Amino acid sequence: MADKVLYGYTGIFDTPDDIIHAAEKVADEGYEKYDVNTPYPVHGMDDAMKLPPSKLGYAALVFGLSGTVSALAIMYFMSVIDYAIIIGGKPFFAFPAFVPIMFEVTVLAASIATVVTMIAIFFKFPNISHPLHNTDYMKKVSSDKYGICLQADDKKFTEEEAKSFLEKLGAKDITAIYYPEENFEKQTVLEPKFISILVLTAIIVSGATYFSLNKLMFMVPFNWMMYQDKQVPQESNPLFADGFGMRPPVEGTISRGNVPYQFKGQPELAGKLLKNPLVPDSTTLALGKDKYDIYCSPCHGYFGEGDSRLNGQFPNPPSLHSEKNRNWSDGSIYHVITDGQNIMPSYATQMTRQERWATVLYVRALQRSFNAKESDLQ
Amino acid sequence: VGVIDYTQEVPVVEGRPPLRDIDDIIAKPLETKPDKKYYIALAITLSMLGIGGIALAASIYYGTGLWGNNNPVGWGLPIVNFVFWVGIGHAGTLISAILFLLRQRWRNGIARFAEGMTIFAVMTAGIFPLIHVGRPWLAGYLLPYPNQHSLWVNFTSPLLWDVFAVSTYFTVSFIFWYVGLIPDFANLRDRTTNKLKKVIYSVTSLGWRNSNRHWQHYEMVYLILAGFATPLVLSVHTIVSFDFAVSIIPGWHTTIFPPYFVAGAVFSGFAMVQNVLIFIRKIFNYEHIITLDTLEKMNKIMMLTGLLVGYAYAMEFFIAWYSGVQPEQFAFINRAFGPYAWAYWIMVTCNVVFPQLFWSRKIRRSIPIMFVVAVLINVGMWFERFVITVTSLSRDYLPSSWAYYTPTLTDFAILIGSFGLFFTLLLLFTKTLPVVSIAEVKAVVEGSQPSHGHNSEGGKE
Repeated sequence: MADKVLYGYTGIFDTPDDIIHAAEKVADEGYEKYDVNTPYPVHGMDDAMKLPPSKLGYAALVFGLSGTVSALAIMYFMSVIDYAIIIGGKPFFAFPAFVPIMFEVTVLAASIATVVTMIAIFFKFPNISHPLHNTDYMKKVSSDKYGICLQADDKKFTEEEAKSFLEKLGAKDITAIYYPEENFEKQTVLEPKFISILVLTAIIVSGATYFSLNKLMFMVPFNWMMYQDKQVPQESNPLFADGFGMRPPVEGTISRGNVPYQFKGQPELAGKLLKNPLVPDSTTLALGKDKYDIYCSPCHGYFGEGDSRLNGQFPNPPSLHSEKNRNWSDGSIYHVITDGQNIMPSYATQMTRQERWATVLYVRALQRSFNAKESDLQ
Repeated sequence: VGVIDYTQEVPVVEGRPPLRDIDDIIAKPLETKPDKKYYIALAITLSMLGIGGIALAASIYYGTGLWGNNNPVGWGLPIVNFVFWVGIGHAGTLISAILFLLRQRWRNGIARFAEGMTIFAVMTAGIFPLIHVGRPWLAGYLLPYPNQHSLWVNFTSPLLWDVFAVSTYFTVSFIFWYVGLIPDFANLRDRTTNKLKKVIYSVTSLGWRNSNRHWQHYEMVYLILAGFATPLVLSVHTIVSFDFAVSIIPGWHTTIFPPYFVAGAVFSGFAMVQNVLIFIRKIFNYEHIITLDTLEKMNKIMMLTGLLVGYAYAMEFFIAWYSGVQPEQFAFINRAFGPYAWAYWIMVTCNVVFPQLFWSRKIRRSIPIMFVVAVLINVGMWFERFVITVTSLSRDYLPSSWAYYTPTLTDFAILIGSFGLFFTLLLLFTKTLPVVSIAEVKAVVEGSQPSHGHNSEGGKE
């Protein structure tokens, strides 16, 4: 008994009138740390205990308003800034259409936050090992009795006084409540049971996440959007004798809009006859730089020095600043882009004719910048 | 019966039972083994659920072609059922939140159960839009999350508002329900002798100590939640009605839809709550907690909302005529006299004619008759959603694409399955949680509140 720590003294009352009177007297006596326990809220108890009004309304207000504002801000960001799409001819910022969701988010945020605030901050719950738990006192006040508990940590509290005061109030079953002993020593967080549950939860959660993201989504029927009964490029097809799904164009036909390249395999002729239709100005050079950086720079390097970013996966191409290349005509460069040369493939399908000519202009600009004449500086 | 004295408030709980008796009677179903009847009932509901499950699995495996949905009736039974079940849920929130704000103390006996029904009805309802999209596992795209397509959802679409409204509604209803359950869990924790149950109730009660310092905040939270749930419940069916009203289909594009839908939802929800409560009070001997007076009050609400719905039916016709819009006029004449006239007149008879019986006090207090009327109301309200959804779609602006919609067996199997799910959950609820709020009922038993020096507080003392 000696090492037990006292939590407080409890007394039981039979009727709601008795408990109200008792609570009034306890409050008048100057006790601050005491509690009244009743199976349901008794009207007028807040006044009897002289409790200030609950401040939870402020939590609801703050969280509710932040819900409203963040809903509006998120919708504004998504549908006006990040990815604006015209829908039904409405403005991007269609405020009336945003109202329903703003309202719903307000209610959601306020409800969740208010309840969590009450439980976690006001009540400091969950707490299932309070000294009052599992006592006869708690069993009575959960059911049909009304009780008062004077806590030992009150300034006015002394054992004798509390006892006699409760007796004077007419309380029955006056009992001392002690803290459960084990509460003081055990580090409940380090208990093996708790830790193993924690580890188990972690394994299950991560396993389930891994399974659903990396396996489940590729199983029937979840992959049906991916694998449909249709021919997609590069797939085989047993319908055709050669087994290829992709078919070559019918002999002697060309696809719509296709203009055949007349110097195929004839670099000398192309170099001689082809003339650049574009003049170097800011637009054509910008277009050329754009396309050069996309299609040419992976092998030739951003400045045409042949410093491939592909790190030796292919043989590095020669520099575009060699004597030979500088003396080439625009037509020869155009021909190489269009028809390819050695290991370099044709870029005719990726770049339009105009883009190819613009790229030629940009290559010319690069060559000139590397071998600038003195006159260029003036 | 003679003259009724309306100056005296009828006691909410009859017979002034001792508080401990209330504990005993409400906790009894949780502490006794289920009897044979319970298992028979569960077997029936589980079979219904199984039928629905098979139909659903087939629909997912073979595709939605198993349903009657066609062009132009793309919505069909899944959407009819969705609106029906969301509507059923509304009575719960009305009882728990709106009647709480209006200080209708008789709600305390039925609020818990009605809230439970709300949650189960919304869960059931939620299935239908998911399966109606055809690939329910892709429903995650309904949420605005940063995805690899860098696309966002369409915030101007009522269908998206629905996603937010229904999920908020479910969450808030659940929180409301759980907050109400906390003191009851504490009560059960303190009366149980079973070790496992004690652990479960200790955890679920979060350590509730019946402290008045807590009750004070608790009542405040309850008030705040009721204050939020009230506009929320109105918003949910309003937004469901926007699914229809924001489109330009004749018969849908009307401003009366939101109030009309909300009234209809409360109407059907109360009918369902009344139906189930009649069984609950009988089976568990709650006749003095869920009194005949409570049932009578519910019948009055059904009559009121039934009249509102009837008014809306009439007003739709009036506005169609008054607006002078030909397709609108056609849509309504087609509703009443077209190929779906049978459905329309079932709806009118069940929703407008039969509830008029409740003008008689005798019928309002006769359990067999009120039960039948409430069943008919739910039949009528299901047909109301059917009429609205199907008649307008099957004959819209383009006569060349008119088509008659006939639901298939699979459609009906899924409907049966939804009832199976709902009632299975209800049955499990009755055996696992207190279906009547112990704390709230105690608070309205006569003599449970201090007299503050007066002799009586409106009671009969």
